[in-house]
Amino acid sequence: MSVWDELTGQAEAIAVFEAAAAGTIDSSMTHSWLVTGPPGSGRSNLAYAFATALLSKGPDDDEATARQVAARTHPDLGVLSTERVIISIDEVRHLVTSSQFSPSVGRYRVMVIEDADRMSERTSNVLLKALEEPPPRTVWILCAPSEADLIPTIRSRVRSVRLRVPGIDEVAELISRRDGVDLAIATRAAREAQSHIGMAHRLATNEDARARREQTLAIALGIRSVGDAVRAAATLLQIAGDDAKAITEERDAEERASTLRSLGIEPGGTIPPALRGQLKNLEEDQKRRATRSLRDGLDRIMVDLLSLYRDVLLLQLGAGIEPINLSITPELERARDQATPAQTLATLDAIATARRRIDGNVSPALALEAMLISAARKDPVR
Amino acid sequence: MAAARPAARSTSGASGSARGAAIPQLSWREIRPAPIVLVSGTEGFLADRAIRRLRETLKAEDPSLEVSDLEADAYAPGELMTLASPSLFAEPRLIRVSNVEKCTDAFLAETIAYLDQPADDTYVVLRHAGGVRGKKLLDAIRSGTGGGIEVVCGELKKDTEKLDFAAAEFADRGRRVTASALRALVSAFADDLAELASACQQLLADSSEEITDATVEKYYSGRVETNAFKVADAAIAGRSGEALVLLRHALSSGADPVPMVAAFASKLRTMAKLSGARGGSGQLAQQFGLAPWQVERAQRDLRGWSDEGLGRSIELLAETDAQVKGAGRDPVFALERMIAVISRRGE
Repeated sequence: MSVWDELTGQAEAIAVFEAAAAGTIDSSMTHSWLVTGPPGSGRSNLAYAFATALLSKGPDDDEATARQVAARTHPDLGVLSTERVIISIDEVRHLVTSSQFSPSVGRYRVMVIEDADRMSERTSNVLLKALEEPPPRTVWILCAPSEADLIPTIRSRVRSVRLRVPGIDEVAELISRRDGVDLAIATRAAREAQSHIGMAHRLATNEDARARREQTLAIALGIRSVGDAVRAAATLLQIAGDDAKAITEERDAEERASTLRSLGIEPGGTIPPALRGQLKNLEEDQKRRATRSLRDGLDRIMVDLLSLYRDVLLLQLGAGIEPINLSITPELERARDQATPAQTLATLDAIATARRRIDGNVSPALALEAMLISAARKDPVR
Repeated sequence: MAAARPAARSTSGASGSARGAAIPQLSWREIRPAPIVLVSGTEGFLADRAIRRLRETLKAEDPSLEVSDLEADAYAPGELMTLASPSLFAEPRLIRVSNVEKCTDAFLAETIAYLDQPADDTYVVLRHAGGVRGKKLLDAIRSGTGGGIEVVCGELKKDTEKLDFAAAEFADRGRRVTASALRALVSAFADDLAELASACQQLLADSSEEITDATVEKYYSGRVETNAFKVADAAIAGRSGEALVLLRHALSSGADPVPMVAAFASKLRTMAKLSGARGGSGQLAQQFGLAPWQVERAQRDLRGWSDEGLGRSIELLAETDAQVKGAGRDPVFALERMIAVISRRGE
């Protein structure tokens, strides 16, 4: 079993990394890399596979190294990934300092930044010197959705490897092989997730996630008036909130319990004033994570809606391309007759605007309301 | 023991926990000497006034009154007994205790013990600003032990209560004031009772004849206390001029553009939710998780609005929210444009 097995549909990128890791003379190994590709194409998985290949001492050591990398415990691996909205400058400074150490067991010291697009400009500048002249055996791997997400001075210091969107068949095949899901369900999940591997996995294995997606689309198609739109926005926000809460709540409680334990406070005991600051920091971190989690949930909803109105537009234009939401074709056809292509395009624009607004910190409820108002459809026009 | 109940009981302040008390409950104006005077309620300004009034009454009765102050949150055992024990010349004593809501355990125990045997010619005033701390002591006083009275200084929430307060301020000094002048004064100082009282004192001191609109206008002209919701109310009702003036007042007295947009959003959101919904206000309130008065208010606001206008206004609100959060250069301009469109009902 090789470190590259779990990756799907990225043969060209894998070839580049494999050659670099093998260390042949003409392999064009370099000290800083940037992996770009759309969400769900497996950027970070590929980055970690590359890291494993670099850290491993030989084919026999691959499996042990892979396990250490997966647990993020390999002594020569530095990782920066965030569950908040942005990466803070202190985190990057810390990583830059540790990048100066020599590798202790492997051939290289590998520094991975998973969400390099979540750095502000000032934070990015901290990285410049480290990226340009790292110590001889340190390798940086950055991941971002596209090169445009990074400042030009970083782009010019890294070697870029682009991933492509894997095909629906490839994703379906991976899901059904890895998770033992029926191929038909896997194909539907892959199509509805638009080849996002993580999302497809979730849709294929989680009944609730499938139901939530169907509910989202039904709500959007049922909007007839402004009142409906505002009520629908409240429901969607509720769905995204529940989703986010399900992910974060349990972890929040666990983290709190473990912090209390390490501070030596028994469960239910009073917290001495001197230690309250520490718990407060923890709570603030958790709150930031919840913000990010809610935004991710809203973004998923908006991507689903984009796919819905794309399908409606394709039907209206008679393009004859297979719709993403194949399973609700009758509803799509009804929606086709309720609007003109221009109205559908306006709705697609409104969704894009709402995503931009939420990025700009506009209250999510307001952004969703404004978006759904443009999705209100009255009577058939044809 | 407790004196006969006064005919006029305070209606504004009888807080939930004080109901069914066995002692007289008075408003701040009716304060009178008693062995134990409990001054409860959250409005510190009225409490201070009441305590000052009591001190003046006692001082008038006997100028040799000895006044001492205690802080219940920094109370050391024995202090109350020291201050309350009889003195050589037997002058009356007034002991004012502040912060009873944060009192120490020693204070609690000793005061409860004191209630059983209050010293002669000693008046203990306990200031309790609300909260559960010291409940045992309050219950003991309210049950009648020690022959106390309670003065309730609740917050004046309604405009009519504030009008009554201001009218009494002028009446106390035997001065006439016109009703419209009173209203103008109360709306100019709606937020802080202490400010309202000092404005009344200022007018009393500076003008000799009857206080009219012109007098209030001369001293406090153009001063309007406002908040984001008042701006939104004016704009939604279509009064764009008033809304713009209120906006400027709100901004120059420290309001921030971001909560301003949030206030508009919350009002329009309620209206939109109720647009097209049928049913009684109680039923709708339950359905949307609102209070019945919010439903009635929104239904009243909805008159004259079209669905398209509402849609356009909400779309503009989202755009304005982005503008005031950094997407635009001039947040105030964005707000003014929003008010202009909303007061045209989105047309």
